[in-house]
Amino acid sequence: MRELLNATGEHLLIVFFSMVAASAIAIALGVLAYWKRRLGSVIIALAEIVQTIPSLALLALLMIVFGLGDVTMGIALILYALLPIIRNTHTALIELPPHLIDAARGVGMSRAQRLAKVEIPLCIPMILGGIKVALVNSLSIAVMGVLIGSGGLGYIIYRGIQQRNMGRILIGAIPVVVIALFFDWAMRRLERRLFRHTS
Amino acid sequence: MKLITLFLTNGPAIGQSLAVHIMLVIVSVSLGTIIAVPLGIALTRTKRIALIVLATASAVQTIPGLVMLGFALVLLGIGRAPALAVLTIYSILPVLHNTYTGITEVLPAYTDAATGIGMTAMQTLFKVELPLALGAIISGIRVSAVYIVSWATLAGMIGAGGLGDWIWTGLATYNTDYILLGAVPAAILAFLFSAAIGALQRILTPRGLRRRA
Amino acid sequence: MIEFRNVTKRYGAVTVLDDVSFTIPSGQFAVVIGPSGCGKTTTLRTINRLIEPQPGTVFIDGEDVMDQDPVQLRRRIGYVIQQIGLFPNMTVEENISVVPKLLKYPKDACATITHELLTLVDMPYEAYAHKYPSELSGGQQQRIGVLRALAASPPIVLMDEPFGALDPVTRESLQEEIKRIQRKLKKTIVFVTHDMDEALRLADVIIFMDGGKILQMATPEEMLHKPQAPIIKSFLGRHIEESGAKEGMKAQEFMKRRVHTVLESAKTLESIERMRKREVNSLVVVDDDDHYLGTVSIETIKAKGKAGRAIGEYIDTTTLTVNRHDDAKEALDKLLASTQNYVIVLNDDRTVAGIITRTSTAKAMGQALWGEIES
Repeated sequence: MRELLNATGEHLLIVFFSMVAASAIAIALGVLAYWKRRLGSVIIALAEIVQTIPSLALLALLMIVFGLGDVTMGIALILYALLPIIRNTHTALIELPPHLIDAARGVGMSRAQRLAKVEIPLCIPMILGGIKVALVNSLSIAVMGVLIGSGGLGYIIYRGIQQRNMGRILIGAIPVVVIALFFDWAMRRLERRLFRHTS
Repeated sequence: MKLITLFLTNGPAIGQSLAVHIMLVIVSVSLGTIIAVPLGIALTRTKRIALIVLATASAVQTIPGLVMLGFALVLLGIGRAPALAVLTIYSILPVLHNTYTGITEVLPAYTDAATGIGMTAMQTLFKVELPLALGAIISGIRVSAVYIVSWATLAGMIGAGGLGDWIWTGLATYNTDYILLGAVPAAILAFLFSAAIGALQRILTPRGLRRRA
Repeated sequence: MIEFRNVTKRYGAVTVLDDVSFTIPSGQFAVVIGPSGCGKTTTLRTINRLIEPQPGTVFIDGEDVMDQDPVQLRRRIGYVIQQIGLFPNMTVEENISVVPKLLKYPKDACATITHELLTLVDMPYEAYAHKYPSELSGGQQQRIGVLRALAASPPIVLMDEPFGALDPVTRESLQEEIKRIQRKLKKTIVFVTHDMDEALRLADVIIFMDGGKILQMATPEEMLHKPQAPIIKSFLGRHIEESGAKEGMKAQEFMKRRVHTVLESAKTLESIERMRKREVNSLVVVDDDDHYLGTVSIETIKAKGKAGRAIGEYIDTTTLTVNRHDDAKEALDKLLASTQNYVIVLNDDRTVAGIITRTSTAKAMGQALWGEIES
């Protein structure tokens, strides 16, 4: 039981820090893609390519460069989280109604002020949607951390697999699925509530 | 440079793994599509069951790959058949989802017009709904294929063969060469599958549905 | 012939059609009109069994529609909807020939039909048959929508606000076309609209509905003279006023309301483009407040105009004008005495009210003498 709690804690922690970092990077890239159209399509294309790399392959390759451990796992999670967040940020920004931007420009806001006071606040529900997708994915991918010497629930699952012990696999797997479904549900609610406020 | 000589010296062995890997993807995605498209169509006719099935499907999708393969290992044993079974089940999900939403999102004006001019339900499906949902269905297949390239490397764990073998061996023995030999072709393969299906999608989209730039 | 006998339709506690009975003889253009939710679309959809009456019976040529296979029934009835509903994955030709193909017509017959129908609306086969709906304008799309409904030569065509989404100019020309086609092919048309102008222009008989009941079924003239409910009167609105003030013909009674105007600040190319689109060779120039300034003709622009210059520089201010309340005779004298083809009619505030042309005069005279005439 203690082992399970520890593993769950580790799992959540690594996912949490990776998502915070990924969100910061991806929102910035999304804004950049919005400001510079041509650079934007390059950014999105690259993130798409990263997304297609098989997770085992990416992890193994990252391990060659960054060695074993939590850092490597975190980097992998960040890389996989980029696309959904960048794409949602970018789409939300370009789909803002032009009259709002005109209004913001009309009252004399600078580009940075427009972004901070008008554009980003209006895009938050959709950005959250991107973070939700990334988060649910990450919870599942983080299980593979066990292969590169990072902790988390993967450790319990993998040992279960090696012992061909269904019970042990389930003990590790159920928290992953429950947590994923919980975040999916909670963030969906949050999204909906925020959406009502901004629209 | 070192990478090139590495691949040259291991050429035939990698080629064989690559062939197995491609076979795994094509077989499981084809089977998955054959199951998912009719199922998706059937779901559009029973909205209430559809909601339950789709919710279950997306819950299944949150189960980590390692866990699913673990189940297969314990329940079905080691080998290519259990691996194909898991890969097929997983490939159903994106195609099912896209078939369902693709068809339900066909504008009511089109189905109303189709019924109004005297098409039967079958004719409406084949002449109007499916052609209009085709783009969504193919992009579901594309997502599936990319996932399955990835899952097939994992499936090396339960004896599926393919490029995953190299990575697993590389990880177990901390052998960088083996990791590179498996991981690089796997990454390229995923990209090529995605690009090829994307191209197919463009070719199959009738001119009238293409978005004008 | 279409006959409704005591047709009722309820959805739960809501009654959409309440004991409706009427008969539309073959070859008639019937327009069903009323406020939204009055049951007009339900009435239409009951004819081809998209909605089934309960209780009540709908007869087509004496046969109960419920005794017929719905699919076969619909293939014998043309159907046009507001959202057009052309299949975006099919070309114009495929869209037009979809019903003939469902009816297993031979290939060459389908091709002939497409040719003939496209000719009917002046859209040459070579130019349009292989285009996709997304490559056509809204007006062109709905022309094809109408042709699709006509393709299997159904004796009856149902149209559900078919021109509601089109701009006024396009709508008017499509109205003229459908009326012409209906006369030529002798179709029975049931046409739903909420636009009284449209109903008066098209109908042989108008069915006015409200709250699931028919309030009045009458010819346009009869409805204008004896509207039988306050709501019908309010729908008729300005038409009643217009037909009331007949004595002492004024200039406004001879004019056409549709005038193609252009702002003085518009550029030359834009103006030429507009003339080409509207198929006219001059435009009326107005300022930002819609006040009349003069006219501009394609000849002037072609002779003197430079690309990118404002149209204001090429205005012809010598064009004849009259006030809308001026005596009609004065306006006609002016027109006949000059070599110009038209006189511009102005409101009291010098905005443009309409235009009197030689044809609009002839039409107005004809109407004054013989009532409604066919164009």
